[in-house]
Amino acid sequence: MANESIIQVDHLTKMFKKFTAVDDISFDVKKGEIFGLLGPNGAGKSTTLRMLSTLSRPTKGTATIGGFDTVKNDTEVRKLIGIVSEKMIIYNRLTAKENLSFFGSLFNIPKDTLNKRIDDLLELVQLTKFKDAQVGTFSTGMRQRMNVVRALLNMPQVLFLDEPTLGLDPQSSVEIREFVRKLNQEQGTTVIITTHMMLDADLLCDRIAIIDHGKIIALDTSTNLKKIISGGDTMIIKLEIANLTPTMVATVKALSCADAVTQENSTTLHVIVHGEEAFDSIIDSIRKTNGKITSMANLQPSLEDVFLHITGHEVRDSADQKIKQEHGPGKRFGAAPSRVR
Amino acid sequence: MTVQTILQHSFRIAQKDLTELFRNRLGLVLLIVMPLFMMIMVGFIYPSNGTITGLQVGVVNEDQGYNGNTNASLSFLMGLQGINNQTHMLVMTNVSSLADLKDQVQRGAIEGGIMIPANFSQSLMSGQQGTIIIVSDESNPQISATIKGALTGVFNVMSQQLAIHNVRPLNATNSLAVVQPYSIQSQGVVNGNPSYFDFIAPGIMAMTVMMSVMTGLPVAISQEKEVGTMDGMMVAPVNRLSILLGKTIAQTGRGLIQGVIILALAIGIFGVAIQGSILLVFALLLLGVFSFVGLGIVVTSFTKDQETAQMLMMTLMFPMMFLGGVFFPIQQMPWYMQDISKFLPLTYASSALRKVMVLGAGIPQISTELIVLIVFGVVMIAIALPVFKRMMIR
Repeated sequence: MANESIIQVDHLTKMFKKFTAVDDISFDVKKGEIFGLLGPNGAGKSTTLRMLSTLSRPTKGTATIGGFDTVKNDTEVRKLIGIVSEKMIIYNRLTAKENLSFFGSLFNIPKDTLNKRIDDLLELVQLTKFKDAQVGTFSTGMRQRMNVVRALLNMPQVLFLDEPTLGLDPQSSVEIREFVRKLNQEQGTTVIITTHMMLDADLLCDRIAIIDHGKIIALDTSTNLKKIISGGDTMIIKLEIANLTPTMVATVKALSCADAVTQENSTTLHVIVHGEEAFDSIIDSIRKTNGKITSMANLQPSLEDVFLHITGHEVRDSADQKIKQEHGPGKRFGAAPSRVR
Repeated sequence: MTVQTILQHSFRIAQKDLTELFRNRLGLVLLIVMPLFMMIMVGFIYPSNGTITGLQVGVVNEDQGYNGNTNASLSFLMGLQGINNQTHMLVMTNVSSLADLKDQVQRGAIEGGIMIPANFSQSLMSGQQGTIIIVSDESNPQISATIKGALTGVFNVMSQQLAIHNVRPLNATNSLAVVQPYSIQSQGVVNGNPSYFDFIAPGIMAMTVMMSVMTGLPVAISQEKEVGTMDGMMVAPVNRLSILLGKTIAQTGRGLIQGVIILALAIGIFGVAIQGSILLVFALLLLGVFSFVGLGIVVTSFTKDQETAQMLMMTLMFPMMFLGGVFFPIQQMPWYMQDISKFLPLTYASSALRKVMVLGAGIPQISTELIVLIVFGVVMIAIALPVFKRMMIR
């Protein structure tokens, strides 16, 4: 049954007055899959998620979860889903246990079963010894763990994660990612995750839908998406030039084979090029301006490169300052701090 | 979804809200302090005539007497002193002249004065009226009127005594009947002498409960929307009605707690007596809540965030506070204001509570108020529910 789809989205559209936030999207999510919605802020990821989780009503189109329509059978859908959003759904003045027991009671879970499940969940995220402390006294990481287990009280078949690592430190982000993966593998929970972080999407998701301006512009596995670049005549070249000058950068940019040029630091250039002559043209143009190339590498494309290639703009173009800081230099993009700016 | 689960969910939500309320220490203190301040302020700032004491009054005696003897003015002043010893209304100081008296009033050293003219004894002894001049501070009309009223009262008693003394030789069976043929007695519906507290306590109770529901409900809902916790309830298989009902129960509980605090303060500290049934008082408070709930929900549905909700509530509440007959009797307002107050539920809630608490009225005597409150509540809820549902789905 591996290919059975649990979510079917059919021409889903959401308009706010005249603004179209989600524009006629259709896709299926398979049972047990981790499915990513990747795109910049304002692309329509969260709106899609809110429609799927019955929190918002579609303007046009339909979506079903486990065969139930999200509008007509919303109560049935709600029994199947759990949601973790960037805004933590947790009451600061209640204790950890009180929080879970309140939300659990809304699902009509028998008391004994619920108490057992709460104990298990708290154990799972190592919060057992804090169960009688008010959540307001917790650290952000602890609260996010609470927020995640809260969504698991009804043992959902589908778990929605809306920017789950936003505002978390790298270590907490790793914890959440590991937790989600474990849940998916052990319980077979289908996971839909929205993120603007390429890292989350690349590391976690079986399939990724890239969304921009309310439309799905690509949908495939991470590997296949990257083949869009590596499969064609497009290459990503990283150049180390000891005496890099602005003139050299301008010269490279002016080349007809260069699709995108970004300067990573005072000696490094990151260039997306196409065509068979690309290597030669770049080396020639740098030599002409007396540049000393100390190293040159053909890079594996990242999802970021894929996004850049498909949309013609960077994911972070539309991201605000707050996200830039959080996203900052780290992990995979550790070598590319200047691209943030 | 059965009625039972809807109710179960709403009780859980109410319980959760009240737990949050009781964990908020400062909020809890304010919950008690606010009505206490309200009672103390309005109760003590508005004085009734009987409670005024210690007014500074200057006395000028220019009486030159009759045949070298100033008996008349001295015995008048002794009589005045005698009455004042019982009421302690005035504190009298002797002042040398009328000009000095006016000067002291202008400086604010005294609040008014009495002047006995030079021909006082002369006039009385020659069979004419003795004139007494009252000097008052016109910059403070209320005190001025109080002094005039107080002194006029004293003078009436003294004139009466003098007159009785004068007509005694006529051998009337009752000399008072000759001097003052009409006797006036005033009698209230209930025994005792209600103070201003008795007038405002019911109104403040009605108002506090109203404020509690009308500000509490929009804030409780829009705050959860802003923080994001509302989504947690919305993605659970919970009827929207349960959320609304749960929030309403919690806010009603909060309002009733405040109502009880006011009642206890009114009885314990301010000596207010409840003439009617205390059960009816509580029933009226609940009915008051019911009539305001719909309005609270409508406001919630039309505002996007907490701040706007609070501002809108304030705008609606101020006219209600002053036009609802809580602090001032509606009868003393101009007709157009009276007409507006007829459309405010608070008017009926406070009027009904007052009738029960002060006049000992039962259900038949407040039937008009009951009908108006029920109709208002039902109409507002009928408007509110569809509006609320639409807002939640958006």
